[in-house]
Order: sequence, then C-alpha cells, then structure tokens
Amino acid sequence: MNWRRAGIAAVLVIPVVFVFSRGMKTDPREIPSPLPGNPAPGFALAVFAPGQPPLERPIGDTVRLADLKGRVVVLNFWASWCLACRDEHQGLSAVARDYTGKPVQFVGSLYQDTPGNGTAWIAEMGGQSYPSVNDPKALTAIDYGLYGVPETFFIAQDGKIARKITGPAPPAVLKHIIDSLLTTASP
Amino acid sequence: MQSVNGLVGHGALLLALPFIALGIIAVPVAVNRGRRDWLEIGYGAVYANFALMTAAALAMISALVTHDFSVSYVAQVGSRETPLFYTIISLWGALEGSILFWAWVLSFYGMTVVALNKSRVGNLVPYAAMTLLCISLFFAILLVGPANPFGIVSPVPQNGPGPNPLLQNHILMAVHPPLLYLGYVGMSVPFAFAVGAVLSGEAEHNDWIKVTRTWTMASWGFLSAAIIAGMWWSYEVLGWGGYWAWDPVENASFLPWLTATAFLHSAMVQERRGMLRVWNLNLVVGTFVLTILGTFLTRSGIISSVHAFTTGTIGYYFLAFITIVLIAGGVIVAGSSDKLRSRGRLDSAASRETVFLLNNLFLTGFMLTVLVGTLFPLVAEAIRGVKVSVGGPFYNRMTLPMIAALLFLMGVGPALPWKIASTAELKRKLIPPAAGAVLLAAVALVAGIHDPYGVLVFAFVGYAATANFREFSIGAGARRAAHDESWPTAFVRLVEGNRRRYGGYIAHFGVFFVALGVAMSSTLRTEREATLQRGMTMQIAGRTLRLQDIWGREEPQRQVVGATLEILNGNRVIGTLEPRMNFYRTQQEPVPTPDVRSGVLGDLYLNLMAFRPDGSSATIRAIYQPLVPWIWFGGGVVVFGAIVGGWPTARRRRAPARVPVPTPPSPPPAREPEYAA
Repeated sequence: MNWRRAGIAAVLVIPVVFVFSRGMKTDPREIPSPLPGNPAPGFALAVFAPGQPPLERPIGDTVRLADLKGRVVVLNFWASWCLACRDEHQGLSAVARDYTGKPVQFVGSLYQDTPGNGTAWIAEMGGQSYPSVNDPKALTAIDYGLYGVPETFFIAQDGKIARKITGPAPPAVLKHIIDSLLTTASP
Repeated sequence: MQSVNGLVGHGALLLALPFIALGIIAVPVAVNRGRRDWLEIGYGAVYANFALMTAAALAMISALVTHDFSVSYVAQVGSRETPLFYTIISLWGALEGSILFWAWVLSFYGMTVVALNKSRVGNLVPYAAMTLLCISLFFAILLVGPANPFGIVSPVPQNGPGPNPLLQNHILMAVHPPLLYLGYVGMSVPFAFAVGAVLSGEAEHNDWIKVTRTWTMASWGFLSAAIIAGMWWSYEVLGWGGYWAWDPVENASFLPWLTATAFLHSAMVQERRGMLRVWNLNLVVGTFVLTILGTFLTRSGIISSVHAFTTGTIGYYFLAFITIVLIAGGVIVAGSSDKLRSRGRLDSAASRETVFLLNNLFLTGFMLTVLVGTLFPLVAEAIRGVKVSVGGPFYNRMTLPMIAALLFLMGVGPALPWKIASTAELKRKLIPPAAGAVLLAAVALVAGIHDPYGVLVFAFVGYAATANFREFSIGAGARRAAHDESWPTAFVRLVEGNRRRYGGYIAHFGVFFVALGVAMSSTLRTEREATLQRGMTMQIAGRTLRLQDIWGREEPQRQVVGATLEILNGNRVIGTLEPRMNFYRTQQEPVPTPDVRSGVLGDLYLNLMAFRPDGSSATIRAIYQPLVPWIWFGGGVVVFGAIVGGWPTARRRRAPARVPVPTPPSPPPAREPEYAA
C-alpha cells in the first residue's frame, strides 16, 4: 500500500464534499417567487369547515382578503389526500390557537378536493382550530402560483405577501414568522 | 397499531441490520485467522440479507395491493382508484420505496455473487461479499432511519393521493426503473471485486478482471436498456417530442455507462497485453462512484428533476456515504497503484490497443464533459452563490466531436490486429470501408441534412458499419471455405466461436442505429401547431390531419380529454391518432399522453396542447421526426450484443466439427495460494 498517494487521494475528496454540502443547504425547488413583497392576490371564498371557538367562522360565510387588512394572514393550502398535510396539521391548529386575541387570521384553503372529504378529514384528525374555505376550480391556488400542497403564505398587515413555505410548516417557523410580522408593523 | 404488512416489513429490515453487520465482521476474521466456519457465517449473512430484503419488499407490495394505509409509504403513494398494475409498480414510485427496491436488488446481487463464485479459491470472493454487505449496510440504515417506508400512520387514512401522475401514465414505468436499478446497482459488483482484488492481493493478476468484466457486461446491458427505455418513456409521456434533454438525472444514468463502456474495452487490453492495470481499477471504482453520485444527486434533493423526490434528512446520509466511498475508492486505487505497473508496452501506433486507448480517452473525456456540465451549477452556487443552468447547447457543442471520433474508432478498432499491423494489412482493412462512408454521407445530403456534424456522423457510421460488417463477412467466408458450411451456418458458428468479440460487434451495430436515429431526428424535425375545429385539417410532412372528434371520459383516478384525428395520404385515410390530456386530482397541470404513429422511416407525433371546454376546438402540435424508431431498435440490438457477448460460457468443450473426439479430462487449474494461507 502506498499510503502517501492514498492520503493525497483522500485529501482531494474534500473540495468535492464541500461543494455537495453547500448544495445541500439550498433548496433546488425554491423557485425564486416574484410574490413576496408584492400585494397578495385577493380572494373571497366560502367557509366549509367552521373551525373551533374562539376562532370559528360560520359555514357559508365568505372570507375576503380585503376585509383582513391590518391583520397577519396565514393562508395554508391543503387537501385531504395530502400526506404531508397530516404532519403539519396539529402544529398549525395549535399555533393558531396560541395567537387567539392577536391580529392574526389563519385560513385553510382546500385544494383540488371536495368539502365533504375535507370535513371528514378534519374530523378524523381531531378538528381544526381555524376555519377552512373551499377553493373551487383552484382559482385562488392558481393566483398564488401554488407549487404543491401543503404550502403556506404569510400576508402582512399591509396586504403584501411576506413569506411562503413550501411543504409542511414547522410550528417554530410559523411562530417566528408571525412574531416578526407582528413586531415590524406594531410601532 | 401496526398492520401485519408493516410489522413483517419493518421487522425484516430491523433484523437485516445485525445480520449484515455480522457478515462484515465475519469475513476479515475468516481470512486473517483462517477460519472457514467464519466464512460460512459471512456468506450466510449474504443469504439472510437477501431473504430479509425479499420479505420486506413483498410486505410492501402486499401493503400496496391491499391498500394498507397504515403504512406510511402506501399512504403517500397509494390510492384506491389507481389501477392494480400501477399500484404494484409504485414500489419504486417515491423515495422510500425506491430505496427499498435498491436494497432488495443489491441483496439479490450479493446472493448471486456468492452462489456463483464461492467455490473459487482465494480471498477475492470473501472480500467482494464483504464489500457488498458494506453497501447493503448503508441502505439498511437508510431503511430503518430516514427512509423508513414502514412508518405508522395514525389515524389510518381512508384513501391516499396515488402515485405521481407522471409515473402512472405509461407502461414503460414498469420497465425503465427496474432495468436502471439492475444496471446501476449491478455496478456495485465490479466495484466489490475490485476491492476484493486489492485487499486479497489478487489485483496483480488478471484473473479478477475476467470475472469483473462478465459482471460489468451484465450490468452494462441492463443500464443500456434502461437508458433507452428512459428516453422512450420521456418521448411517450412528457409530450415535448424529444427523448434526451441533458437533464442532470439523464446525465447521472449516462455517466457510469460511459466509464463502464470504456472498461469493457480496456479490460481486453489488460487480458491480452497486461497493460492498463491501474487504469482499469480506476474505471471500475469510478463507475461505482458515479452510480452513487447519481443516486446522491437524485435522492438527496440537491437538484430538482422528475426523479428527485421530496426529501428530509436523507441527503446528509448520502453525503456521508459518498464521502466514504470517494475516500475508500481513492485510497484503494492510489494506494495500490505501485504494484500494478504495466507489464506490456505499446508496440506500434497501428494496433488495436492504440485504438482502445483512444476509445478510452474519448469516452472518459465525454464523461468528464458531462460531469462538469452536471455539477457546474452546484459549484457555481457553492462558490459564487449564483443560480446558473447548463443547457443542451453546451453539451451538444462539447460532445459532438467526441461522438464523431468514437464512431470513427468503432470502424478502425475491429479492423486492426493486436500488437502491430503491417502497411499492407492497414490498406486492406481500412480503405474499403471508405466506400460505406461515401455512401451514407451521400444519403445524408440527399435526405436534406446540412449540419456538418450530421453528415459526419452519417459518414463515420457508414465507415464503421462497413468495417464491422466485413469482420463478419470475412470470418464467415473463411469458415465457408474451410468447413463447407452455408452462409447462415457459417455466420452462427463464427459468432459462437468467439461470442465476446462478435457480441461486441453486434453492440456496435446497435450504436450505429442509435446514432443515425439521433442525427436524423434532431436535424430534420418538422413541427406544426394549429387550433382546429371538427372537420378542419392541418398539413405536416406530406400528410393531412383531420380533427374528427374531441371527447372526454371519466376514469376512477383521473379525467381524460382526447382528440381523434384522421391521417390522410391524399384522400385515403391511413390511420387515426388520439392524443390525450389527463387530469389527476392531485396535480394542477394535466399530464399529456401524446399519440405516435411509427413507421420505419419516422414518427408522426401528436400532442393535444389545449381544447375549448365546450368541445368546439382543440390545439394540436404535430411533430414529424425521421428515424426515431431506429433509436429504440438500436437499443435492442445493443442489448442483444451484450447478451451474446456476456452470456456465461458453458463449461463443456465443443468437440471439433464432424470428428467426435472424446475430450481428455482437463487438469485441475493451477491456482493462487490455497484458501486462508
């Protein structure tokens, strides 16, 4: 065994691994979105799942983005057939409950699914604290350039999209984003 | 609550870990202490690994088929509406399942290697088995850790989303992935033999190269078939009318193919002349590293593509594994390079080994070009923090000269003898094929190819095809004269007499078909797009297309909208085509199903681009591409060549024709040091 050469070969691996490890830190699917920083597309969608007190809205009520100015809106696109939505469901519900009384509005938007399936799924998952609306023909999803479900948009008090999360939203990240939006706008 | 499927599958995976670990420990103990019983334990672990992985894979298939949504993988890719066929093949339709399938195939290879070679004297096979177990260990860790397909979902969903629509839209999805795994995973075996050869000290002999070459040939055949099937799938499903886009993942499958092809040629130089020994070790290790690199690229989420699945932490496991493989590979090759100095030397530039050297030069140059193009975006992002993309023009410009050179060499190599060719021999062998070059160049020009590289490809294919054909015709002619055989008999006997050689030439012919198909279809493609109402027509490539109907249909897992078009040659209807659009509920974008009418000379390819919801009109894209079917046919010929050349030779000796002579019992072959010396 020629250990000197072997050692050189091993050292040569370092830059390769460096490049790969840097690549791991960036998300190739994070398609640069033109949305953050721009006004959120408006929507007016009917509630099909009321949510739980105190965050509930009656079924059939229309949720309008225009009416939510001055609040931080967390718009979460989900579907009953989406497995990753199960992962984030508990966290979303809990975080929404934590912000009761603050100027924060959570809205679930059902994507490519029927309200019947959605209601059954919510019941199966043990309820959802905030209301969900139906998005027939996925027109709102198209307006938001939805990449897939779940996807969560954060709309600041001024009606502009601040951030979006593709894939399940971890509670800690949710809170961090909401808090930063609440503090920047409060003064 | 875990279902029986989940329990069996997860249990088998958990149980596999200690068995694999035991096997990895047992081999060095057996070799260093001379304990044959420990070797039995090591081999037993290989068999146990296969049995347990089979159990896990069958449990997963059972879970998929019975819609057992308590199993996380089934909840992720299954749905009650998906047809049974696509439910079964969704085993490899997402990350966890594909890792399970990978581990299963790898365990199968391990079992086969041991079963076929364990009577072999020396430490080559024990160390190879150990190496395969080490690779298995990595995948087993993935399967009980970050890529556990048997996670428990609670509460159990009633239904799932079904597989990715792109992966449940065509029958080739049942063909391309398994072939690719057989080829890709199969490259682990030559690597294992290389490691075994170095560790056992047998790398200095040429014996390991023979067994390695056979395994490489098998994996290479699968990989060739997989690449062609992948091109075909892309052509039939994606709806853009192309088959190769230099997508990082296509490149990932192509990179090890290039180095394996180089090895299949250079291994002959080592066997014949004792040269290129370090180089061959490099190629074998490099091929394996490239398969792991390809897997890393596609499974770690580092790049985005059709093949890249959503991932969690698995990327870091792969990063750790590829680091270990790179270091181990580098240490093995560099560390043993001293002992492997060349024994022979080049006698003349006019020899077959020179051509093989050039062939290796171009193939590895090709590989490095594709590798640089594939990794450049990653490097640029790591160093400069910018997002860049490397597209088709780079690859086309860089690789076309090498492709042309390789085609030319495919004509020169078979014509030249080993060691040295006389001037008379050179003239006799190398000048006549020029007629073929002139002929095909003329065909290209008449057909309307003006691109210089297109004409060059035709000319070189003409040259090489003639040269390869002459190898058959001269050889068969000699047999006819010597044995009084008919042409077909002489042909078959000729090939039987040296299957490796003539199998290689057959594979060359496959490559010629692919080259002509690619050159023709990429230079002479015509494309029309039109919005038609019922009864309206459009023209393409001398044919008229008339829209007959626009229809819709509800299927359990999707809605289908299609257009029916008649193809008219003059006033005569010669066929109908039905391009469709499929709407899956889990995906915003529809998945197209183009419809293709294939002829010997070309394909008419129709894609439904858009339609009015009231059914009044449809937008059709029509593409005519000459010689596309030649690519698929050529792929088949390549695989046939690999089968002819790689099929293990039966042990019996063929008695000379017509004079049966009892074969004398062959003496026991002189071998390397006795086991565990």
